[in-house]
This record gives sequence, structure tokens and C-alpha cells, in this order.
Amino acid sequence: MKVGISSTGKTFQDQLDPRFGRAAGFIIFDLDSGQSEYLDNQGNQQASKGAGIHSAQNVVQAGANAVITGHIGPKAFAALDSGGVKVFQSEVKSVQEVIDDFRQGNLTQAHNPDKPGHWQG
Amino acid sequence: MRIAIASGKGGTGKTTVAVNLACYLRNLGREVTLVDCDVEEPNCHYFLSPEWDFQQAHNVPVPSIDQDACRGESCLLCVRECRYNALIWMVNHVMTFPELCHGCGLCSFLCPEGAISEITRETGIMRGGKARGIDIYSGSLNIKEAMAPPLINQLKSLAPRSGTVILDAPPGTSCPAVATVHDADYVILVAEPTPFGLHDFKLSVDVLKQMELPFGLVINRDGMGDNSLLDYAKQEGIPVLARLPHSREAARSYSTGKILIEDLPDFIEQYEQMVNTIYSRQKA
Amino acid sequence: MQEIVVISGKGGTGKTSVLSALASLGPPKILADCDVDAADLHLIMHPRIQKRQEFISGELARIDPDACTQCGLCREYCRFDAIDESFRVWEQDCEGCALCYHVCPSGAIRMEPRFNGYWYVSETRFGTMVHAALLPGAENSGKLVTTVRTEAREIAEDQGIDLILTDGSPGIGCPVIASLSRTNLAVIVAEPTLAAVSDLKRVQELTSYFGIPSGIVINKADINDSLSDEIERFAKDKDLPLLGRIPYEEKITRAQIEGKSITEYDPSGLGEYMHRIWDGIQERLDAEQKASTA
Repeated sequence: MKVGISSTGKTFQDQLDPRFGRAAGFIIFDLDSGQSEYLDNQGNQQASKGAGIHSAQNVVQAGANAVITGHIGPKAFAALDSGGVKVFQSEVKSVQEVIDDFRQGNLTQAHNPDKPGHWQG
Repeated sequence: MRIAIASGKGGTGKTTVAVNLACYLRNLGREVTLVDCDVEEPNCHYFLSPEWDFQQAHNVPVPSIDQDACRGESCLLCVRECRYNALIWMVNHVMTFPELCHGCGLCSFLCPEGAISEITRETGIMRGGKARGIDIYSGSLNIKEAMAPPLINQLKSLAPRSGTVILDAPPGTSCPAVATVHDADYVILVAEPTPFGLHDFKLSVDVLKQMELPFGLVINRDGMGDNSLLDYAKQEGIPVLARLPHSREAARSYSTGKILIEDLPDFIEQYEQMVNTIYSRQKA
Repeated sequence: MQEIVVISGKGGTGKTSVLSALASLGPPKILADCDVDAADLHLIMHPRIQKRQEFISGELARIDPDACTQCGLCREYCRFDAIDESFRVWEQDCEGCALCYHVCPSGAIRMEPRFNGYWYVSETRFGTMVHAALLPGAENSGKLVTTVRTEAREIAEDQGIDLILTDGSPGIGCPVIASLSRTNLAVIVAEPTLAAVSDLKRVQELTSYFGIPSGIVINKADINDSLSDEIERFAKDKDLPLLGRIPYEEKITRAQIEGKSITEYDPSGLGEYMHRIWDGIQERLDAEQKASTA
């Protein structure tokens, strides 16, 4: 299983980016093999609209079956939901800590978007 | 003749001028239609209290995907080419986001399988009615909707091509205001004689010049500020159609939704002058 | 970091006058002028421009007259009536959708990046200010608003300042939505007129939809006491704090003519009202902060 974590940088020492659609990038981490790849999201950071749903598309295309982020808007949530991708929420901490939390089952699954979206989606 | 009433910023008295001009022309016996194009904050009806006898939803076209006919991940032309990011590929299907769609029709045009048809989505309502012998059309954009111009365009299409049509434009110089004044025969710019008023007036002047539209200035609340607006209009050769004096009575009358030329008949003269100036210019 | 946005459903309620007065009160802050459509704040702030950036957003169709065979397909397909009989693209009407580009059989149409105006970073007597000017008739002000706010946030972080004061856009459409999202407090400036009261209700629906705590300031309150009372009842009804009532005074226009905030122009009169309004805002912000850290 792979998880996509919204991240401020490429390494496990970088912090989780609390924004989903406007995140700097995503670390796609394979829980089984321990391998990871980095997905740059700058294109969506700059987009005027639709950043959330396009981030969702890209993370899923990179193979993520679950997403960990801070806040997620309704359109991005609906997109992930439609792809059967689970969303987990975390406080801002290092990506390594987030992964540890996730492995230990300490993160809560979001069943609803937690912020009304529009431009910041 | 189509006369648009516009202003660089809100709260300058645009609606007051539109409503009073409509009433003044109607009192002269003309056929008058008033279209409230400020669909984000329609206000004309507060002054005229029309009886609405017509209501219609405003719909915009949005794509609907036939997933069985879709070529899937090997194509994705629609997802890639949409300039508004309104479509994505999610695992095994194309997902559409109607709120982001501008209704341009690109995706259905491009789809090689003809798998995209168009359905409609409601973004606002349009109403029509009559008050004091004036035909009134008013639109209201639903809350959270971002795109006013399509609604404005459809609303304007309801007004007859003959008679006098007065268009109350939304404030500002961006897309909704441009959509309103676009096909006007004459534009009345309403501005206050203050530094803010002058600055915003200049912005409107720039737009109207660029659009090659004839226009004139109505100074509202004349006397409340300084002379810089009048000086600027003179210097630029912009006709001053009227100077509506600043008064507490006028402000109070406005606040309660009264028709100024009825409540304070001294103002009639100003509208007479406004109309004469516009019509003599149009003939010339 | 906290961000206060000052908005008003209707234009001309004195939003910019209230905002510039608030700018001169309270802790250090970064100012963000998101009223990009008709930005007036600079007339009071007298910004000294430090940095100017082009604002490029969206695209525009351009027809090469030499390659164009005037077949008319683009005119037929364009849903925005942006191409006229002489095959000229009217910039104000073009939505940049690129349908004409795909339709054109002779490859005569190109899509070009659209230059919409400038945004600036300036110094003012009340702190750094980020502001913008759209080209007349330009679109996409929602994205420009987002650009201004993002820049303001970055500058605040750099300077170690915890507060951003934002001049929001009027209306309920895309620019105001862009200026509201993720702010901590919306100060709604209303005036007691029938039209403004209705606009106030619409804009309040918007803030409540976005879950943004808000408070109301009644400007020109004595123009119509009974409508001012109605606004007060509305505030109570919606559980919104009434932050203050400002009387209708010529001094507000005088201050504008002198390029001063009303707090600077009339410190003991209007300035006193503004101080009380600021205290109300501060209280509300503190309560929000407490609630979010609890």
C-alpha cells in the first residue's frame, strides 16, 4: 500500500504541508517496500483554480491508495472519495513522524472535507 | 437606445441615477425598460418594488461524460486541454467539476468518441416585472457562484431592442461591468467628487475609451469633496451631464428606498439636463 | 499568523476608510489590498513602491491575419462572441478557452499568455503593503487577490509579523471569495440603507458558508436610525458582534482629501470610535486564538 503525504520538501525530515491542493509537493511512500518518490506540485500551487482536484489526480496517478494532509477542500475530497482513496489528517510535523503515526494507527480518517473550498482548494 | 449606468466603484449612486432616469423618461411617456445587471447585488427593486410576473432559472452548459464510450487513460484530451481545470482522471473515470466550468464547449468538441454531451447547471435566476409602467428585469447570482457575465448577457437579451433600455451596471471595471456596457449606445459614469471617486472614475474612463464607447459624467453628491473630478473632466473634454447636489435629505431619502425626483422634486431639473445632453449628442 | 479581512457587500460603505483607520491602530501588521478592481487604499497609504511584478494569468486568442482565411468557423464556435466580423479578438470578451485555436483549420490562431496588470510591494507609514492594479477591463481578479494575499503572508513570515490586515473586494463573486478564504476574522462594513442591508445579508451568508467568524461595523449610522437598529438586530440574530457605529461626518471626506486615515485626521472624535472598534476586533481575535489552541 502507498500513501501520499503533502509535504513542504523532498525528504522525510521536511514538514507535512497542511495544505492539500496548494502543497509544495507530495511524498509517495510505499509502506511495504519502504521506498518513496517525490511528486512536485508547484504547477498546482500556481494554478488559479482546480488545484485541489488536480493534486488529487496526480497523487492517485502516482499510485497512492491513501492520502495524509492537514486540510482538504470539498472538491478534492470528492475526487479522492470517488477513486476510493482514504484521507487521513495530521498535525504539522516531520514526514517521518507522520509515517510513524500512520503505521501505529494514530491518524484519524476524514469522512468529510474540513474546509469550504474555492480558490485555496 | 441602450444607456448603461456605470461607475468605477460601488456606492456612488449608480442605482439612484438608473432608477430616477427610468422614472423621469417614463414620465415623459417613453417606453422604458430597466435591466438591473448588478447580479451580485441587485438593488433596483428596492426603489421600484415591481410586481414580478416572470421568473426563469439561469443555466450554463456543463459537460456530462458517457464513461462507457470514453477511451480512458490513453486519451484524456479533455482533461489536458480544459483551460479551467474542470476535469480530472480519477482511477478509472473522468470526473467533471461543474463549478469550475466556463461552459466553453471545448471538451465536447475535442472528444474523439463523442462521449461528452452537455447538460445544464443553474447558477442564478432572472425575474421580470413592471412598476410605474417601467419594464424591469433583474437577475440574481446564486451565493458561492463566481461567474456573473453569462447571467448578465442572458438577462440583457430579455430586454427589447426598441425603446429606451437602461442598464444598471455592476461597479468596477472587470468582467461583469464590461459585459454590461459592451453593447450600450451611451454610458453614464456616476462618480463622487472625492479622491477615491476621481481615481475610480479614471479607471472607468480608460476602459470605455478602450471599448470605443461614448460616455459622459454625472457628478453625484456634488459639493461633498473637492473640485478635482470636475477639473479632470473638463481637462479631458468629458461632458458633464449633471451635478447632483450633496444633501443629507437625499442620503436619507435614498436609505429608505424612495424615488428622489418624487421625494425631492428639485432633482427633476438635473435629470432633464442629463437626458437633453445625451440625446443631443446622439443626434449630433 | 492571523488575518483580518474588511469587506462590505455593497461598495461605497466606507470600507477603505475603516480599513485605513484600523491600519493605524493595534500591533504591527502587513497590509494587503485585495480590492484590486478599484483599489483606493494607496490614496491614503501613499505607498513607496519597492517591487513591481507583472501579473500574468490565463490566455488570450490571437489571430494571425495573414494565415486567416476568414472561413468563420471560430466565430461560429466561440460562445463568448469574442471574435468580430473583421476577425479581431476582443480581449475583454475572450475567456481564453482555446476552442477557436482547436477549431481553426488553417492554424491561424495562437493562445498567448495574458498580461492582466501589476502587483506591488510597498512601504507605508503603517507597515509593508502588498497591492495591485488590474489593467482596465482585465479579468481573473480572483487569482490576483490570491497572489496579493500569498505575498503578504510570505512578507509577514519574513518580518516576523503576526497580523495581516486585508482590504477585501466588494460583491459576492470570485474576488471576494478569494479574499475571504482562510481568514480569521471578517469585519463587515455596512451602512443603514435598504440596499446595503440586503447586501450585508448576502455577504454574511458567504462568510458563514466559509465558516469565517465575523463582526459588523455600521458606518454613517445616523443616516437612518431605524435601519441601523435593524442591522443591530440582524447582528444579534446571527450571533455576530456589533463592533461599532460610526456617525456620518464630513470629516471622513476631508480626511480622504488630505490623504489621511480618519484616526489621523480626527484622533479625538472619529479616532475614538475607531479605537473602540479595534478593541472589539482584538477581543474577538484573542477569543478565536484561544478556541483554536484549546
